[in-house]
Amino acid sequence: MIAHGSTSPSLQLTHEGRLKHFLTLDGLDRAMLTAILDTADSFIEVGERTIKKVPLLRGRTVVNLFFESSTRTRSTFELAAKRLSADVLNLDINTSATSKGESLSDTLLNLEAMASDMFVVRHSQSGAPHFIAETVTPGVAIINAGDGRHAHPTQAMLDMLTIRQHKGGFEGLKVAVVGDILHSRVARSQIRALNTLGVAEVRVIAPATLLPRDIESLGCKVEYDMSHGMRDLDVVIMLRLQLERMEGALLPSEREFYRLYGLNQEKLSLAKPDCIVMHPGPINRGVEIESEVADGSQSVILNQVTNGIAVRMAVMSMAMSGQVSERVKARPAEVRT
Amino acid sequence: MTALLSIGELLDSLESGLRQRLAERGIERPALIGIRTGGVWLAELLRERLELEEACGELDISFYRDDFSRIGLNPRVQPSHLPFETEGRDVVLVDDVIMSGRTIRAAMNEIFDYGRPASILLATLIDLSARELPIQPDVVGQKLALSGHQRVKLKGPEPLRVELIDTRQQA
Amino acid sequence: MTADSLTISGVRLVTGAGISEQTTTILIRDGRIAGFDKVAEAEAVDRTLVADGCYLSPGFIDLCCNLREPGNGQKGDIFSETRAAAKGGFTTVCSTPDSSPVNDSGAVTHLIRDTAASRSPVHVRPIGAATRGLEGELLSDMVGLSTAGCVAFSNASHVFANARVLRRCMAYAQTFGYTLMLQPTNAALAAGGFAHDGMVTARLGLSGVPEVAETTAVSELLLLAEETGVQLHLSQVSTARAVEMVAEAQHRGVAVSADVAMHQLVFTEQALAGFDSRFHVNPPLRSEADRQGLLAGVRAGVIAAIVSQHQPHDPAAKRAPLGETAAGLSTVESVLSMGLMLVADGELQLTELIRALTTGPSGILQESPAELKVGEPADLCLFDPTLTWLSDGAGIHSTGKHVPLPQQALPGAVRYTFCAGRQAWPLD
Repeated sequence: MIAHGSTSPSLQLTHEGRLKHFLTLDGLDRAMLTAILDTADSFIEVGERTIKKVPLLRGRTVVNLFFESSTRTRSTFELAAKRLSADVLNLDINTSATSKGESLSDTLLNLEAMASDMFVVRHSQSGAPHFIAETVTPGVAIINAGDGRHAHPTQAMLDMLTIRQHKGGFEGLKVAVVGDILHSRVARSQIRALNTLGVAEVRVIAPATLLPRDIESLGCKVEYDMSHGMRDLDVVIMLRLQLERMEGALLPSEREFYRLYGLNQEKLSLAKPDCIVMHPGPINRGVEIESEVADGSQSVILNQVTNGIAVRMAVMSMAMSGQVSERVKARPAEVRT
Repeated sequence: MTALLSIGELLDSLESGLRQRLAERGIERPALIGIRTGGVWLAELLRERLELEEACGELDISFYRDDFSRIGLNPRVQPSHLPFETEGRDVVLVDDVIMSGRTIRAAMNEIFDYGRPASILLATLIDLSARELPIQPDVVGQKLALSGHQRVKLKGPEPLRVELIDTRQQA
Repeated sequence: MTADSLTISGVRLVTGAGISEQTTTILIRDGRIAGFDKVAEAEAVDRTLVADGCYLSPGFIDLCCNLREPGNGQKGDIFSETRAAAKGGFTTVCSTPDSSPVNDSGAVTHLIRDTAASRSPVHVRPIGAATRGLEGELLSDMVGLSTAGCVAFSNASHVFANARVLRRCMAYAQTFGYTLMLQPTNAALAAGGFAHDGMVTARLGLSGVPEVAETTAVSELLLLAEETGVQLHLSQVSTARAVEMVAEAQHRGVAVSADVAMHQLVFTEQALAGFDSRFHVNPPLRSEADRQGLLAGVRAGVIAAIVSQHQPHDPAAKRAPLGETAAGLSTVESVLSMGLMLVADGELQLTELIRALTTGPSGILQESPAELKVGEPADLCLFDPTLTWLSDGAGIHSTGKHVPLPQQALPGAVRYTFCAGRQAWPLD
């Protein structure tokens, strides 16, 4: 082909290769992902102190912009920002009121004018954080808290931190992601992260209706048969099944899905004995996963919450740091034009 | 400019000064905390010399620096590690070189986030006296006045040595 | 800018049939081509143009150009968009029926023609709505529309309610010998999608339009066209498979033609890889294999026309998260340059490109072939293949600034466009 769209691989990196937005794991190399995990490790230690707070982002304003409501994710971002000593503003924006692009731009420009330093964005449209970072408020650090079906990079990184804590590293690991890959931003980010961090094999296990076309191009093997797909696994990640998937003829019933793709002790026994079980939550017990497995010794589901705050602190401080260095370079000219 | 003492002499001086201060204050079981990286090496040596059993704490002040706005986050930040409660303890904070005093301010802020110590003594191997904050070490290996083109750096851990760097020669 | 007689010298003639070896002088008198070389050189004329190194081709004909008039003017109007077309070397543009109001009545058709007569430097040929309000349920007054000046009928990007309405629409159009120009899309399979269902949608999590959304529709349209005998034109095919199906139907004698948007020949699904809303187009940009299939279709003549599928928008329409943006590129000024890039890359011959922009579309409109012959109307495009231009800001005449290739020197600048002998571009 002779021409391309203007993909800017450096959209989220400074000229020195530092993070200035955190939009996707695409384009971030292993060293960067490792640096995020290492920094998160340091923040885990902060979380164990009497005062779980560091002054890193003191005087900075972080706005949680949730165009799609999610109390759980918003709370972890809020806690992370507060532990970095930032001022936090939570805005749940009714998407129907801002479904037109221009009003979204206006909302954001108003917020930028209020001297915001960072937007944590959740949006139902894939690419919305890219759009904001690229065209609306390039001087504000944008953290993607989940966009459409595209990416949920902080969730994926906390999963990677959990895996590293339990497995020591990524080399040689066989990992499967099970369930509704088609609609899952988490799965897309996980597959990218696992490949970048150098696992031996990533499998996706689902019926064809829940798999995007050309999924193999992301670097994974497709398995329709869960019993076969569970073999030799070190890590199995169960995705949440949105119950409305029965509509639109993607699945016949919860019961049939659970029978074929739900994780129970019997299927788990086909994996390696020390295989860990992960789930981004909240769990539909008896739909994706049996209670005995969710609460069992191989489950690391609860552990993921602590890591979630640490990873978000890491990403927020790194992106803020990159933005700051850009602004320093931009001086003495006014940064916000 | 005074000549730089040998590392052995510096350590001896630091040790004796610290013993004296601890004796004055009647502190028998100080909690040693080194500031990464040089301060950690020194804290460990002092622990051996003072024959303390308790392991040293290691402080990474990257999250507490006041120059985030200018230089951002240290990309090689490591977790701080304090193997003891600081609440009510007599802390000895150890660093290799004190200059502006900003590192020590950041370190004290961090220590307080772990708990409220009974006291803090500051021991530094070299004092360059270019203070920007009202912070003075209690114990010093050597006071040194450098000219503008000179830098001093502790290298280690094996062998531990202090190096004077002339920036003119480097360039 | 009227000159009753004009000669242009130093040009090489290029048509769908071939390229002249020698440079030529052409005489234009009273709006028609009046002679070549010695005849032309002997004539005392009002104006002479020396255009060494340039090509002279018949003016381009665009079967799919959205002029946004009638409409509220925010996205462009006949004045702005026909100037853009003239700058792109087009002398005839077929205006799509999805104006506001829809061109489903003779009154709207007259409005378009009257406005064009006074404000457009090029010919505007309205395409009528095949169904009322483009709603896909009731037939429009095709005969009335045709009498008012519509040259063909289309349902733009709107779908038919069902195959029964479609079949009746075809039968009715066939009764009067009208051409139906239909974009093949299976609405249920395309529902909610706006990007090619493939590698990029897999990675970016975009709602996909699968290839079968087009091919099943092509299959249905071909079967119904064969049965009803209507003159069917498939607008903006985007898949290699559709090209094969059309070729097969043509081979069987089905009265079917097809066009492709120029950007489909130049870009692939990868253009969306950075969520670039400019490349949100309908049908979506597809795979490299599809692009190759479309190019092969143009070379073989299965796809007879290349269109601009020009869709100007106001900036706000493109300034939103990708899925919330309006579809369409502002292309009419860049078609020739994109085509010349394909020629430079060896993917298309210059004559194949010119054919698809001139005689190909004139054939679909059942008009006399756009050729460079004495007595033919002087609808001409004079372009310099080596001269480059920038399609940025002030360089773009269309209201739509979302051009496919900004910030780069594009090969092939149109020096002059003449429409019925009158200079249509540049205009002062």
